[in-house]
Amino acid sequence: MKASLKSYITGFVLSLVLTLGAAWLVSAYISSGSSSRAMFTPDMLIGILLALAIVQLFVQLIFFMHLADESGPRWKLGALVSAVGIILIVVVGSIWIMNHLNYNMMASPADMNTYIQSQDGF
Amino acid sequence: MEKMNETNATAAQAAQADRHAFGFWVYLMTDLVIFGVLFAVYYVLKASTFGGPSSNDLFSLSTALTNTIVLLTSSFTCGLATLAARSKKLNQTIAWLAVTFMLGATFLTLELSEFSRFMSAGASWQRSAFLSAFFTLVGTHGLHIAVGLLWIAVAIVQLKVKGLTPSVVSKLDRFTLFWHFLDIVWIFIFTTVYLMGIM
Amino acid sequence: MTHFILGDLTWAALPHAWYTIGATGTIFVGGIVVMAVITYYKKWKWLWKEWFTSTDPKKIGIMYIVMASVMLFRGGLDAMMIWLQQSISVGNAPGYLGAPSGYLDASHFQQIFTSHGDIMVFFVTMGFFFGLMNLIVPLQIGARDLAFPFLNSLGFWLYVAGAVFINMFFVIGGEFAASGWLSLPPLSEIMYSPGTGVDYWIWSLQLSGLGSLLGGINFIVTIIKMRVKGMTLMKMPLFTWTSLCSMALVVAAFPVLTITTLLLWYDRFFGMHFFTTTAGGNPMLYVNLIWMWGHPEVYILVIPAFGIFSEIVATFSGKKIFGYVSMVCAVICITLLSFMVWLHHFFTMGAGADVDAFFGIMTGIIAIPTAVQIFNWIATMFRGRIRFTTPMMYFMGFVSLFTFGGMAGVLLSIPGADFELHNSLFLVAHFHTMIVSAALFGIFAGITYWFPKIMGFKLNEKIGRRAFWLWIVGFFVSFTPLYILGFMGATRRLDYYATATGYQPFFITAGIGVCIIAAGVLMQVWQVVVSVRERKDNMDTTGDPWDGRTLEWATSSPVPFYDFAKKPEADSRDAFWEMKKRGEWPRATARTEYEDIELSKNTGMAIYLSGFFFLFSFGAVWHIIWLMALGFVGCIACVIIRSFDDDTEYVIPAAEVEKMETLAWKK
Repeated sequence: MKASLKSYITGFVLSLVLTLGAAWLVSAYISSGSSSRAMFTPDMLIGILLALAIVQLFVQLIFFMHLADESGPRWKLGALVSAVGIILIVVVGSIWIMNHLNYNMMASPADMNTYIQSQDGF
Repeated sequence: MEKMNETNATAAQAAQADRHAFGFWVYLMTDLVIFGVLFAVYYVLKASTFGGPSSNDLFSLSTALTNTIVLLTSSFTCGLATLAARSKKLNQTIAWLAVTFMLGATFLTLELSEFSRFMSAGASWQRSAFLSAFFTLVGTHGLHIAVGLLWIAVAIVQLKVKGLTPSVVSKLDRFTLFWHFLDIVWIFIFTTVYLMGIM
Repeated sequence: MTHFILGDLTWAALPHAWYTIGATGTIFVGGIVVMAVITYYKKWKWLWKEWFTSTDPKKIGIMYIVMASVMLFRGGLDAMMIWLQQSISVGNAPGYLGAPSGYLDASHFQQIFTSHGDIMVFFVTMGFFFGLMNLIVPLQIGARDLAFPFLNSLGFWLYVAGAVFINMFFVIGGEFAASGWLSLPPLSEIMYSPGTGVDYWIWSLQLSGLGSLLGGINFIVTIIKMRVKGMTLMKMPLFTWTSLCSMALVVAAFPVLTITTLLLWYDRFFGMHFFTTTAGGNPMLYVNLIWMWGHPEVYILVIPAFGIFSEIVATFSGKKIFGYVSMVCAVICITLLSFMVWLHHFFTMGAGADVDAFFGIMTGIIAIPTAVQIFNWIATMFRGRIRFTTPMMYFMGFVSLFTFGGMAGVLLSIPGADFELHNSLFLVAHFHTMIVSAALFGIFAGITYWFPKIMGFKLNEKIGRRAFWLWIVGFFVSFTPLYILGFMGATRRLDYYATATGYQPFFITAGIGVCIIAAGVLMQVWQVVVSVRERKDNMDTTGDPWDGRTLEWATSSPVPFYDFAKKPEADSRDAFWEMKKRGEWPRATARTEYEDIELSKNTGMAIYLSGFFFLFSFGAVWHIIWLMALGFVGCIACVIIRSFDDDTEYVIPAAEVEKMETLAWKK
């Protein structure tokens, strides 16, 4: 959206709503404890929080950084999409790989420490 | 924001401003990858508390929320500074930048006091991998904010000395990209580190 | 108090081993000789004004190439030392110079192969490629400079700072990292490498890595935003395409290297626990992250070579490149895929069959676009009028060697096979084959090809071809034994082995190959000497010595500092070839309308900035906090001062341009 008072106010209000919403959800989840009346499973909540964050990302990209207003070929958008792609590979790839490695190779940190100390080094 | 300089500049100047803006954007993407790696490291290591305090023990929703609102507001006021610069209002630009500075400094102060609270509770970055990852991720963001504050100070001096020349405005454009970028990174720190850490 | 001023520096940090004394002596004597020569010829001011502070990419490009050549000798010396140790340190062989076997003790040997790898990757190949790109990319797209001339200079001086820093330990410190070119933890953690070696490693990579990153940003913006009118992306020369893709990889991957090595330094300096073996740290995380950078890095090293060879094959076959569109698609595919294969460097670390299978398949897939390129090059040669000049010979050598080494790579991509061959000499032979045949031969071919354009005269053909044959024969003789040794079970980085293994004859054969390669290098030096001596007989008067196809040949040789007097227009691929076909070249100088040209001024700020970062790094290694603060504040001050400087360009009036052009073509 073009840079104007309207765009910044819209972006600010939307971001505020999304932030407070996410905070309220978490606080409600915590206060309802682990009882069966908990609103969401942890995984569902994580999904919702991520979705809210991604929506706020778009809000700020469009209303604060005016990503949609680039004149000519969309190089900035292309660079952003590439960077996000790389981050997804880095984050998802690392989590996937490290989970596997840890499962196969790592004793608990305490056990590992005991083992190292008894073996006098790695 | 691309169109800001075109009204008075020649085509060559406009092309140069466009290159500067795009080059800075590419740099921001590399900064994004840096944060991406720090996020990945945090997610991998956040369970490695080594018997020490975990995120549930340490994080406070109210502190994190306050920080988030402060930073978000500063991103908003930064946008207002941009608008003032476009409208050639020098004093308004400087005023909004000063407000942004104050909010940013508040953010940093709150964050540093949160860090010192952790340290005095024995949760230093040396305690466990989780804490190393937390301090580095959030601390790197804080370091960027500190650089941003220094940048505002320099920008205000340049505005006072040179006024709203195309070159100064172009640099201001780049600063606002930087500041908005830092708020975007903070969205994810707030969500995935703090909110998910206290669940 | 002393500790505050000096940090961890003690008298013991000064040279006291035979090799540190020797190296320090060489550095000082060499430095004094060079400074004496410059003083004698009164060239200090000239050096400063014409070269060091220049923001002209042609000057910066030449400086990169000179520096990279020096580092090639440095890295090559390491290689010869490694080979010598491996040839003589067997069974009951005696030990010399205080070593238990051979002439290098284990720690020293480990430092040598560590520095060999880092120097060759970061300072030789990357230096040469940044040099060639600086020289040629602006010319190919019709630009006069890069997008950010100051950042270009800064990138170069950070590279120099890194190159100096990686050799600092000879003079102060006495030890380099002994943990392999990637310094994997836990060995590289403070507990097992308590000295300053690993810290030198980390900070020389931070210095040069920042330089690479800035260069990457610069070239991306240049290629995307500064192409001449009519040159759409699909009309760009292939060397420009590969430069764009390679720089995209730099920009994506180098932040990962920066952060990962910084986290290692945080472990060492702040006592954090990212990769330690206690307190929850995970050394495997480092391996994962560093190879996330490491694999794109090796593609950063070979993709520009693909572009160079595309130009050379087309020119010396007298035909346009076969399958331009599929070449572009192939390079883009390789660029994207290179981010999805990194685990093949640690199949054996234990991620399990499903993860290994995914990455094994991805690695196999990346061979496909590479093969597409090779078929396209060969198809370009088909029915062409081939001239077997030195650059073309390097291409032929590359195609055969790269295919051979690539097949070894496909074998390694099968996780089951890799469990046998991981970290064996088979692996070492594979990656040397890839890098030497692609990157190094590409560099040699590119330098020979573009030499007349930059320097104004051709290199001696006969000596060049002799050097090529020495290189390729030498390479086969030195690395074929290593493939065999790998199958025999020899691991890499061996500084001693039993006679019963039967390895020694192979190492000795490899040594013969090393000597042949060394003769090739000397032949290349001789080629430069002879060519300079005979330059008057080999002048390039037309600007187009090879009957080239792309825009860099549409200038006089050597290229004037403003590149093009009038920016060309391109409306097709091989724009220069089309110009020649239409009779628009050579241009009559009289009819052209000249215009004022704006160029970037010289500045020493890049040198000061790099200097302050160098001081910061030195303080970081030796824990001299005040020096770190000084360096840090100095860097920031330089940036702020530079940002106040609005007077960074100067104008050449059109009349002057006309005068210079007339003179250039009269020669």
